[in-house]
Amino acid sequence: MSASGVPRLRGLALGWALAVVLGSSPALAQTASAERGKSLYESRCVACHSVDANRVGPLHRGVLGRRAGTAPGFAYSDALRGSTLVWSRETLQAWLKDPEALIPGQQMGYQVEMLQDRLDLVAFLATL
Amino acid sequence: MSNTIITNRRSFLGTSGTLSAMAVAILAGKESLAQGMGGDMSKDVSILNVALGLEHEAINAYQLGAGSGLLQKGVLDIAVLFQSHHKGHRDALIATIQKMGGTPVAEKSLNDYAKALKADTLKNQGDVLDLAARLELGATNAYLGVIPAFGSKDLAKVAARLAADETMHFAILTHALGRPLPTGALSFGA
Repeated sequence: MSASGVPRLRGLALGWALAVVLGSSPALAQTASAERGKSLYESRCVACHSVDANRVGPLHRGVLGRRAGTAPGFAYSDALRGSTLVWSRETLQAWLKDPEALIPGQQMGYQVEMLQDRLDLVAFLATL
Repeated sequence: MSNTIITNRRSFLGTSGTLSAMAVAILAGKESLAQGMGGDMSKDVSILNVALGLEHEAINAYQLGAGSGLLQKGVLDIAVLFQSHHKGHRDALIATIQKMGGTPVAEKSLNDYAKALKADTLKNQGDVLDLAARLELGATNAYLGVIPAFGSKDLAKVAARLAADETMHFAILTHALGRPLPTGALSFGA
């Protein structure tokens, strides 16, 4: 091994260690688990959302395939009401990654940073 | 319903500056620091109003629990104490939103919260504590989760302080339910 390769390997090892610590292990498969998504939903989403009731955020029953801003009985922001976006797996992924980038002026300040978490959450939402 | 603080928004805004920092100053109990700031506050107000919605719901959830007749005296005392913390959060958020020229989101009726939280399914003390623990955990993660949405480090700190209160509530409720505490580190906000 060349001397110049040692720092690079150390960097890779550090990156791996940080990824494990921060929960973004590259070993995670990019397949979705609705079961894990349900668990994530319980711990991260229920502060504002329920499956069957509008609370701080809108209910999620039937969200896949629904036009944004149209959950019955929920008082949406102008940005959501004016959107023509339809919730697909892809648009839900984009929403969870950065709601403001997808629909500027919306009100959800929460973002799901990890791709695997987004995949699992959307897999769960798709079951509702 | 919450206490509200009537302010002259126009005169305040005429001398206001960095709004996130202003919000922090008020939430931190240092209202005098809110002078001389300015900027675009709409996003901060939006986030603070979502937080206020959470606090309204938490207050009413504890009210439902306290009024259910299902809580033993010691547990009831803790529920009322936690409710008072949420009232403190609410009052600080309302004051901040109003000072920023925003309109605080209104509290709904207790009946509305009862329906949304399915209060009719609460049959014993464990059910009430379980609901409270779920909401506190959700609030902890929600506050931690919105930290990146704030441009201001000071506002992020406020979100972290709110999360700390909710985490304390969650831990105590978890203990009262006889459940194990999280075994792993970094279990919140992930």
